[in-house]
Amino acid sequence: MSLKAFHILFITASVALSFWFGWYELDRYATTKVAADLWFGVGSCVTGVTLIAYGIYFLKKLKNISYL
Amino acid sequence: MEIPYTVKPRPDTGLYNAKLGIWLFLASEVMLFGGLFSAYILLRVSSDLWPHGMVSIPVGTFNTFVLIASSVTVVMSWASLKLGKLSAFKGYMAATIVCALGFLGVKSFEYYAKFTHYDVWFKDEATAKKYFTAAYGEKGEEATRKLFVERFHLHNTKATYDANQIQLTGHLFGNPMFATLKKLTSAKQETIQFTPDAPFGTHDHPKAIEVKLSDVQRLSAYVPAHSTYFAIYFTITALHGLHVLGGAIVLAYFLFTADHWWKKSPEQMANRVEVGGLFWHFVDLVWIFLFPIIYLL
Repeated sequence: MSLKAFHILFITASVALSFWFGWYELDRYATTKVAADLWFGVGSCVTGVTLIAYGIYFLKKLKNISYL
Repeated sequence: MEIPYTVKPRPDTGLYNAKLGIWLFLASEVMLFGGLFSAYILLRVSSDLWPHGMVSIPVGTFNTFVLIASSVTVVMSWASLKLGKLSAFKGYMAATIVCALGFLGVKSFEYYAKFTHYDVWFKDEATAKKYFTAAYGEKGEEATRKLFVERFHLHNTKATYDANQIQLTGHLFGNPMFATLKKLTSAKQETIQFTPDAPFGTHDHPKAIEVKLSDVQRLSAYVPAHSTYFAIYFTITALHGLHVLGGAIVLAYFLFTADHWWKKSPEQMANRVEVGGLFWHFVDLVWIFLFPIIYLL
């Protein structure tokens, strides 16, 4: 597996973590009503979306490099 | 003598030798961290009390962000070499090393905060209650119990806890690291100035109280000897931190010898950076699993 393939795997894991953490913080905000929890939740979801966009950009940029 | 298959793939494996080597090494690393993760799960599920909220989520989130950013920069440095852009490689690699140092700096700050934070257990219930009142006033036992309940997630349990099971948490005067009851008594000290933590949900620390060491059964900083929780916490995070440090040293070597290797063999240099990048991604992936289990769950 090349660095390209491992990077895709890593970004996928990071996207999953971002959305899960976003949900975790927003769920906490529903109980605590602390603004920091809201910001962390929203920020984490935005990070998840950004990472998806980056992943697509990365795949296009390195389309000529092997996955092996 | 020239080392074979540093650039071209070996016919029988289809990979250049260093790539096969790093994957074999990473397989052993998976077993190492897998064993530690398993130990963490088993210790946690078999424990009656497991603390929560002992580490700062914002700090952990920041470090997670730093490591994700470093993965992006390390892969970009490799891609730059593949595209023949040496100066771009240097910029991305330097950014990766800055991220690694940032991560380690924040982790050191976290460790320092743990090494200077103390729990004190008292010899009996009456003595414990006396100090709880001294720390938090008339409702001292209630305030200390609340901190204890929140730390151990005991909201839904009907179990009751003796006052001398509950620790008073806070800081010693002068913020010494690694102090223990044995060290303090052998230094002929009879009392300590102790600033208790703020009551749950507030940030107002009570005034420091004087604690007689003859009333103390145990005193411990948040170090591995404190509890099973801190033992496994420090084992896993310190091992991970050492991997970050090792990876940063190797990546810095690639950066500082870039000109030499670029002249000698650009393809081999790109392969070396790829191997370093694979290790770096593994270290970051470990953190992606560590962050939720240590900071969130």
